[in-house]
Amino acid sequence: MKPLVPVSTGARILLGAGFFVLFVAVWALATYSGWVPPLFLASPGRTLLAGWSLLTEFGFAGDIGITVFRVVGGFAIAAAIGVPLGLMMGAFKTVEAFFEPFISFARYLPASAFIPLLILWAGVGEAQKLSVIFIGSFFQVVIMVAVIAGATRMDLVEAAYTLGARSRGIVRRVIIPSAAPQVMETLRLVLGWAWTYVIVAELIGATSGIGHMIMDSQRLLDTGQMIFGIVVIGLIGLVTDFLFKALNRKLFPWAAL
Amino acid sequence: MTACTAIGSPVSDKTLRIAGVTRTFPGQGRAGPTLALQPTDLTVRPGEFVAILGPSGCGKSTLLRIVAGLDRPTAGTVTLDDVPVMGPGPDRGMVFQSYTLFPWLTVAQNIRFGLAERGLPEDQQRAIAEKFIARTGLKGFENHWPRQLSGGMQQRTALARALANDPEILLLDEPFGALDHQTRELMQELLLEIWEADRKTVLFVTHDIDEAIFLANRVVVMSARPGRIKADVTVPLPYPRDWTVKTTPDFAALKARLMAEIREEVRKAATAA
Repeated sequence: MKPLVPVSTGARILLGAGFFVLFVAVWALATYSGWVPPLFLASPGRTLLAGWSLLTEFGFAGDIGITVFRVVGGFAIAAAIGVPLGLMMGAFKTVEAFFEPFISFARYLPASAFIPLLILWAGVGEAQKLSVIFIGSFFQVVIMVAVIAGATRMDLVEAAYTLGARSRGIVRRVIIPSAAPQVMETLRLVLGWAWTYVIVAELIGATSGIGHMIMDSQRLLDTGQMIFGIVVIGLIGLVTDFLFKALNRKLFPWAAL
Repeated sequence: MTACTAIGSPVSDKTLRIAGVTRTFPGQGRAGPTLALQPTDLTVRPGEFVAILGPSGCGKSTLLRIVAGLDRPTAGTVTLDDVPVMGPGPDRGMVFQSYTLFPWLTVAQNIRFGLAERGLPEDQQRAIAEKFIARTGLKGFENHWPRQLSGGMQQRTALARALANDPEILLLDEPFGALDHQTRELMQELLLEIWEADRKTVLFVTHDIDEAIFLANRVVVMSARPGRIKADVTVPLPYPRDWTVKTTPDFAALKARLMAEIREEVRKAATAA
């Protein structure tokens, strides 16, 4: 192996899949050999069986659906407000000076710490779940988008000025298109974080969702169901990540890949 | 804006006057302020091709940026057709040394940037872009992304983008400085060809003596920092010129003279540093 030398596509897929296989193999070895009792860790086979019964008997698909709805809903609201605000902050230093100190403070407030308050304010319904996701992602989106927009290449801005652009044109035709690919990357990242908040929100005061199912399974000591729930979250994350990347390649063919 | 009707007019009719322009950069930390440009006067008449020649760091780019409106003078004024320059505008087109094509726009879209900003109808934009694509030898590259282009092709596009906007004056800040020697000569010939056809006023900053003589009808030599104009030389070589002019005795004589001027300044700059 030499530093920084790229690998072929085939080798990369093989290596990537290889670790999954190794991971499951170690898991299988630890459980089937009886080294770890099933009370603590279900075997791969038992986990799959638990998943099958969850999907066929307990309507787990509905739980998945509602969780996806919460994540995407809360995240979409955060992005719809956070991206424009971040762009304005990056473009206009006055706007940045006004919001930046507060947002820098607010983004260190742990979203999960708001759950008791939010239950008080919004009850245990969907509004509360969406609020947790929103608080968890909004401030991160704003601050990261502001940094991206603020780092727009000055020489491109100057070139646009000499071509007759005014403030409005600079924002719409230079700052926004130049920031777009990195903004999408930021959204991909923050969507991943949103998934961790939704589960926390569902562990407390929820009657549906993947997090709620995991909580229920704990009472029954069903490690198979718990693990299956966690794996489903991982798989959904993997798929959305892949879709996001594919979308970015399609939207921004000009960006060097 | 009447620039639309001016497209295709052979000669621009506006004089650029730089009067007493000075630039001092404020000090940072404990360092005192830096005087980059001593009071400078320069008049560029319509249709002239003026090269500003000087050692690096002499303030020649600063002067050009002040004309472009991208930098403000500490003192003095710049006027174009007796209107003071208060900021950047489409009447002063610029090509930078660094590659400044918008990476998210194709070659054709880059060339149309200023036209779209002006709100020109789609078909006019396309017609003007096509014309300058042809004139700068970019046929077949219209739909390429900037990252797919060589440095020379990128600067062709930047030149076409500035020309398409039909500015009163073209400001060129070492536009071929980052190119290899052969590409640079090719680009010089292209620029010369375009200028000979249009006679658009050009202010061209360079540190390359050959380039200055080959292109310009007037060479202004600047001193080492803090910059000031120490010589203003007319180039007696007739247009149209081609590369063979570089081997003529007149060219050599002028080159010898300018070299002497520049060497002195380069030495001063080196010992000052």
